[in-house]
Amino acid sequence: MIQYGNLERVLSDGKFAVTAEVGPPKGCDISKFKSKADLLKGYATAFNVTDNQTAVVRLSSLAGSVFLLNMGLEPILQLTCRDRNRIALQSDILGASALGIRNVLCLTGDHQSFGNHPQSMGVYDIDSIQLIKILKDMRDEGVFQNKEEIPHGKPQLFIGAAAHPFSDPLECRVDRLEKKIDAGVDFIQTQSVFNIERFQEWMDEVRSRQIDKKVHILAGITPLKSVKMTERMQFHIPGVDMPNDIADRIKKAEDPEKEGFNISLELIEKIKAISGIHGIHITALFWEQVIPSIVKEAGLYR
Amino acid sequence: MIISAQKQLEEILRLINNDPVFLIGCSECATMCKTGGEEEILIMKKILEQKEITVTGYVILDPACNLQKSKIQFKNVKENLNKAKKLVVFSCGNGVQTVSEIFENLEVISGTNTLFLGEIKHANEFEKNCIMCGECIQEIFNGFCPVSRCPKHMLNGPCGGSRDGKCEVSSNLDCIWNTIYLSYKKKGQLNKFKQILAPKDWSKSLEFKRVI
Repeated sequence: MIQYGNLERVLSDGKFAVTAEVGPPKGCDISKFKSKADLLKGYATAFNVTDNQTAVVRLSSLAGSVFLLNMGLEPILQLTCRDRNRIALQSDILGASALGIRNVLCLTGDHQSFGNHPQSMGVYDIDSIQLIKILKDMRDEGVFQNKEEIPHGKPQLFIGAAAHPFSDPLECRVDRLEKKIDAGVDFIQTQSVFNIERFQEWMDEVRSRQIDKKVHILAGITPLKSVKMTERMQFHIPGVDMPNDIADRIKKAEDPEKEGFNISLELIEKIKAISGIHGIHITALFWEQVIPSIVKEAGLYR
Repeated sequence: MIISAQKQLEEILRLINNDPVFLIGCSECATMCKTGGEEEILIMKKILEQKEITVTGYVILDPACNLQKSKIQFKNVKENLNKAKKLVVFSCGNGVQTVSEIFENLEVISGTNTLFLGEIKHANEFEKNCIMCGECIQEIFNGFCPVSRCPKHMLNGPCGGSRDGKCEVSSNLDCIWNTIYLSYKKKGQLNKFKQILAPKDWSKSLEFKRVI
């Protein structure tokens, strides 16, 4: 019997789940991280702790996850293949599970050339799909990647991964999601959704293959805070499809934050109506304070 | 072919540090990619002499990665070699080491940076196509290698950074997974995309010697 956390329970009970992202600090002072966590406590079932996102060095996702655990928040440990080979990844997973972390999000990782150490060597010994399979085999078969038995306790994990409904080549995206399911993923968090029509089309394909019955899908929500951030999302983040009408609303708004908030609520309403969606994942980049009011206004606060 | 590029002249001058030099080129890859053929060596000789650096001579090894052949070629230019304090090699990184192996008492400088194993697309354009991983699995990908051509070595499809057929790391770089996917589609082999590939056996890339 696997010891899962609340996220698995909420999703298995068929409830609409909320997860949210909290980025660890760029340094050892965790006071702001802790106050963000205090603010968010209760507003999501589980919280993603990012793993050196955009390849910028930050406090480790493992340490950040432990801080959350100690504060009574359930973490989702993000784990990228960029900085660690299969030895380090499996080792970190053993450590995470022993520390009581029950959720992990398997990512290949943003390329190091985008970060603050572009001179670094990327590892990429394995990719995210292989990581999913390795973790599943560790949990279910009790074996390491080399098939050797784990002699002293296998990890307890709810395994997650990302999906990119808007990235090119578009037509391979459901296939790639299906590969993640075949590899053994339990839940999916998608790239931020702005183009709801295209997201619906993607979900139509997902449902036609009954993928929504095999995995819990949480749709990504990113509240837009400013014109600058909107333009960045629109033109510089691969895999984000932002329709002009949404970007225009932010540009024309007297209060872009208020407009961004409203857009998020509208998107959540539409997403809730899509069959096969099991929750939302809120990524409020450097604007975590807005999460509680989004969750409350969306009627998702329990 | 091994693709190299000449180092910046300032860097070469800094390494030479006004000492008398002998220049070494290579007849094969470095000639093809115009970093160490006779033409480039003669231009370099002229530039160095304009900077009042003594160039005692030059040789184009045929090729620089062949130890025994290089030894013979060096015998013919022994006199000029002995007048130099430093040898500047314009070949790939292998050629530099072949030269170092022969001359224990001379300082060896690499005049090039070795970039990759690649294809000559056009006379002046080269593209990385292989990282010599020791275990070729290209048949799975219809001959397009993601191990060498995807910056994340993705074996199971494109990451989220593929856009309009290009890689997010560089707009000059095709997303090789886009190419592979289109090839599968064209050949009616989309089922090949669905198979999950296990982690690569990188131990195969640890060969340091081969004796026939």
